[in-house]
Amino acid sequence: MIPKRDKQAIGQRFLAAFREAGAAEVAPDILLPADTLLDLYGEDIRARAYTSTDPLRGEVMLRPDFTVPVVQMHMAGGAEPARYCYLGEVFRKQDPGEERPANPRDNEYLQAGFELFAHDPQADAEVFALFHRLLAPYRLRAVTGDMGLVMDAVRALPLPDARRDALLHHVWRPGRFGRLLKRFSQPAAPRVFADSAAPWAGLRSEDEMERRMARLMADRDAAPLDPVWIARLDRLFAISAPMPDALAQLSDLARDWPALTPAIGRVEERAGMLADRGVAPETVLFDASHGHRTMEYYDGLTFSFLAEGRAGWPPVATGGRYDALTAVLGRGGRAIPAVGGIIRPGLVAELEAA
Amino acid sequence: MIRLGVPSKGRLMEQTFDWFAARGVALSRSGSDREYAGRVEGADGVSLVLLSAGEIPRDLAAGRIELGVTGTDLVREKLAGWRSDVAEVAPMGFGHADLILAVPECWRDCENLDDFAAIARDFRAAHGFRLRIATKYHRLVRAWLAGHEVADYQLVDSQGATEGTVANQTAEAIADITSSGETLRANHLKILPDALILASQATLFANRAAAETAEAQAFLSLLTGR
Repeated sequence: MIPKRDKQAIGQRFLAAFREAGAAEVAPDILLPADTLLDLYGEDIRARAYTSTDPLRGEVMLRPDFTVPVVQMHMAGGAEPARYCYLGEVFRKQDPGEERPANPRDNEYLQAGFELFAHDPQADAEVFALFHRLLAPYRLRAVTGDMGLVMDAVRALPLPDARRDALLHHVWRPGRFGRLLKRFSQPAAPRVFADSAAPWAGLRSEDEMERRMARLMADRDAAPLDPVWIARLDRLFAISAPMPDALAQLSDLARDWPALTPAIGRVEERAGMLADRGVAPETVLFDASHGHRTMEYYDGLTFSFLAEGRAGWPPVATGGRYDALTAVLGRGGRAIPAVGGIIRPGLVAELEAA
Repeated sequence: MIRLGVPSKGRLMEQTFDWFAARGVALSRSGSDREYAGRVEGADGVSLVLLSAGEIPRDLAAGRIELGVTGTDLVREKLAGWRSDVAEVAPMGFGHADLILAVPECWRDCENLDDFAAIARDFRAAHGFRLRIATKYHRLVRAWLAGHEVADYQLVDSQGATEGTVANQTAEAIADITSSGETLRANHLKILPDALILASQATLFANRAAAETAEAQAFLSLLTGR
């Protein structure tokens, strides 16, 4: 067992490096209003975050991550460009399902983080290169992905708007995404809606139902998606290689799928910026389905730094671009370009002790 | 001494007594109907503890009773990692109840879980908040919906009269236990056929560690004929 004080000390080292990189240190609250987190992450957050109640403030949650309070703080009055850093505990519970795990995961651990809010094409490269430099001594495996590329790929499928929107909405839920795709690639089964004598009940209006039924009727006439597109999507999601190889495979794919070209261009440009900042692209893995398995709301670059040979470990560091989250938090849909990440000093401490 | 926990009232208690009687063990309340103490005849070293069915899972897990009769729904909802603490000895063939997802009968466009997921997404876009499902089975429902990748919903707590929440506009759907479905129909709700979250029945459970003792083994083989 590594004493918490030692993990703190390592966290402080990262925090100092983040400050040196131009970030202002912030100390967000530990108790956060539950409604914002629930609205953002849905019911799943209740399975992961500790909930408590305050007689005046209602339901509160022990901070499950720093992203939300930092974005809110910035939106309340930060000027761009802004760089923030922080160090503190996050709290996560684990619902074991049917059997208790032999080694329960930590339910409180430190995160040291860096967030950059800026309209700056270099922002992704700045953040990734910073994490890459700070973590270089630990010989981790750097993996990146790009949800922008995935979304562009889905947007470019020859589908009616309603079908495309449904796919985009479920892009983080692979089972549902796959089922929708399969359904769209077959002739639409005619829907017959049984009559109901039941009186109308509940908040959902009859009008809402009629609109959906009209949409489903219109959908009946949609041509099935050519299976070649499913094969192409499979090819895209299977790409996992060092960046230069991955880019070559992507360019190959773009010959049949020209709509991917701009997104591939962005990935390529980022690789160039990383090289300029001293990160050799061939040492970074590009995994096209990486973002799928991370947090919903990442909508551009995603990255993880993984410790090899540590089965069962979460990534030592993760991050990405989350403009979509700022849009949801901003209510009025005002999105702020935002990119950032966190390091787990506790895991770094274990690597140093090994 | 083996402490056997049995629901303290109603049909569930009577049917439990019948089940044990059919296996040569006579359970009965001692004294008046209001006294929560019991007698066991036909087996040595067993004492009867009458408890609320809802408390039996926790008492079993904590080892305050060695054996207990309760619904599989209550064990799975109340005990995280239940298999680590308790063992299912025998399903008892009564107290059948299904944990289901039900929506307003007037939703003609909602025939399965995929429809439900799509409606939840539309509802959130139209109303600015997530579609509400009223339930008291929070863990079971959340885990099941997560497993089926349904998003865009929220659970609201309802400890009773759950079928009324839709008409009262405090929820759009419910997840609750039903046996005949009559209360659902009376409240103009219909069951989603592919959303059976759990099929529950009264079951004899044992505390996992206690079930290993020779004393418990002897009593259980008397009951199960094994």
